[in-house]
Amino acid sequence: MKRDYSLDIRHLTRVEGHANIRITVRDGQLLDARWAIVETPRFFEVMLKGMSAELVPFLTSRICGICSISHSLASIRAVERAMDIVPPVLAETTRLLAMHGETLQSHALHLFFLIAPDFAGTPSALPLLQSHPDLVRAGLQLKELGNEISTVTTGRCTHPVSLVVGGLSKAPDKQKLLNLRAMIQERKPALEKTCLFFHSLTIPAFSRETEFISLSNGSTYPSIGGRLVSSDGVNKDENDYLLMTNEYTRDFSTSKFTRLSRESSAAGALARFNNNSQLLHPKAKECAESFGLQPVCHNPFMNNIAQLVECVHILEDAENLINSLLDSNLAEIKTPYVSKAGTATGAVEAPRGVLYHHISIDEQGKVAKADCIIPTTQNNGNIHDDLRALVEQALSEGKNDGEITKLCEMAVRSYDPCISCSVH
Amino acid sequence: MNHLGFEMERVKIGSFDFTCCEGCQLQLANKESTLPDFLALLDIRNFREISSERHDDYDIAFVEGSITRRDEIERLKAIRAQAKILVAFGTCACFGGVNSLKNRIPQAEAIMEVYKDKAVETMPSLKISDIVQVDLSIPGCPVSKDEVERVLVGIVTRSQVSLPTYPVCVDCKQRLNTCLFDLGEICLGPISRAGCDAVCPTGKTPCLGCRGPAEELNMPAFLELVKERGLSLENLTEKLSFYNAFEPLATDET
Repeated sequence: MKRDYSLDIRHLTRVEGHANIRITVRDGQLLDARWAIVETPRFFEVMLKGMSAELVPFLTSRICGICSISHSLASIRAVERAMDIVPPVLAETTRLLAMHGETLQSHALHLFFLIAPDFAGTPSALPLLQSHPDLVRAGLQLKELGNEISTVTTGRCTHPVSLVVGGLSKAPDKQKLLNLRAMIQERKPALEKTCLFFHSLTIPAFSRETEFISLSNGSTYPSIGGRLVSSDGVNKDENDYLLMTNEYTRDFSTSKFTRLSRESSAAGALARFNNNSQLLHPKAKECAESFGLQPVCHNPFMNNIAQLVECVHILEDAENLINSLLDSNLAEIKTPYVSKAGTATGAVEAPRGVLYHHISIDEQGKVAKADCIIPTTQNNGNIHDDLRALVEQALSEGKNDGEITKLCEMAVRSYDPCISCSVH
Repeated sequence: MNHLGFEMERVKIGSFDFTCCEGCQLQLANKESTLPDFLALLDIRNFREISSERHDDYDIAFVEGSITRRDEIERLKAIRAQAKILVAFGTCACFGGVNSLKNRIPQAEAIMEVYKDKAVETMPSLKISDIVQVDLSIPGCPVSKDEVERVLVGIVTRSQVSLPTYPVCVDCKQRLNTCLFDLGEICLGPISRAGCDAVCPTGKTPCLGCRGPAEELNMPAFLELVKERGLSLENLTEKLSFYNAFEPLATDET
């Protein structure tokens, strides 16, 4: 059918930051489909120059209000590797637990506040307070649990306080860890309820082959550091991050784009799952199976389900981490160090995918150069290419304008883009 | 909503972000245990981050972020024209925040460093009150949800809204923390506005003054303390400039 369709969304809602979607179809031909980030750039790489190494994580955490712990830890890892500092085991365990808290909070925010309204047909999650009170309560319980894990491990849920170069400035409190363990137990039914809700939804059928990029360490589900791998078989050292990203700019976006083996690639929960699913907790594997989620899954809408699967993994693994903290004496929290010059990359799996901070420290212990590459930047190309394929598929299926618009918005939201992060 | 037996109208709010991390807006959705009650106070008319419904009939505008591009100035002026109460929300809005660290170098140089030859527009970071009148400031990086709740309840019940005037040190002492100066670190707690429950020094991390100067401020005594302990004035300067919330030290002092 020779039809016209155009979509011009200025500032897509229910995503973090400012971005536009523009699609033009004339006489049945797709002329343009673009994902354009228009967020104001902040220049963190410039702000970092000349800053004392110990202040770096406190600055970079301000790149993002949702994944501040990931930014803090990517910087800390870069600085520690640059200065050959090995943090104590207690600090490493606490950091992993903090990452879990942040990811749980971020996934819960995304699943309940940002995408659930699309499935419920409401403009926001607020009407769900009345129509689905149990579901909203479950969502709030999980989000609160994520925030509580972050608070117990880092002192505050947004912009961590006690994550420092060398380890931790303060150990988590034993009684608070005990309370946290009890809270996790108590909130598992909320997650079960969430899984039931998502089972009742129809995830749009769409697939476009792409390359999935994540960290991988071969022994645990990825979080802090590791090899840089892709589903197309690329495998690089952490310091070779530039070979994974190949950043470039496009005239319509203030956020950069990246590419690896193909024109576009994806990072995030689905990428982590596709590359590391065998390392998930058995209960998380079970959850994935129940949704028919198998590697390598090329449906971007399944990123939502991959996030849910990760929540199951997090609740189980967080208990193990708390137990190992409680078994330790909670005493040795920081490795003393003397600043020295060096350069290194710190890579972590932020909620939305691999995050790289690359930092050079000079002889005075100040930042000589910094580079941050954000998960959403690595997803821009994929979002852009998905929109084109999705619109073409929807046109061939004879979907109406409203349906196409909704699918495009949902596809973008599936990536859980963190736009202000991507224009750091 | 019923308050002390009186039916009250929900306040119509809009939440807007400029150059920032959106962490302050996120606090509005945190503190989940009181969130349903908090939301019961509000009629959310415009909040892009969480809702596709957008109306321009808000009375209170929460404005997060600093201003670093010309189109933001126009957007901010339109919000000011609509809002009865404009709240500078968070440290970036109140002081310019960490974004101001890029003001140290020419903006063309900053663009070259990050974007090479791509045409990108930016200007030195400005706080909200550099451009429009601000009715209320809630500082913090991020804002404290407790304080936001107090302020909103104050607005709804038409009672006095005020922030603590005393320094972070007061709260820190009440929490029986070891003073970070005694551990050899410069902490801005003695000169920064309280209201954060001394969250950073309680985590054994020095205060960087995200809430700006306390009203009851004794800067000469603070400088004396730093010098007496033999701590680095260069380190002090770095901390004072972190959020752009303090006047730079006079050159004869550094």
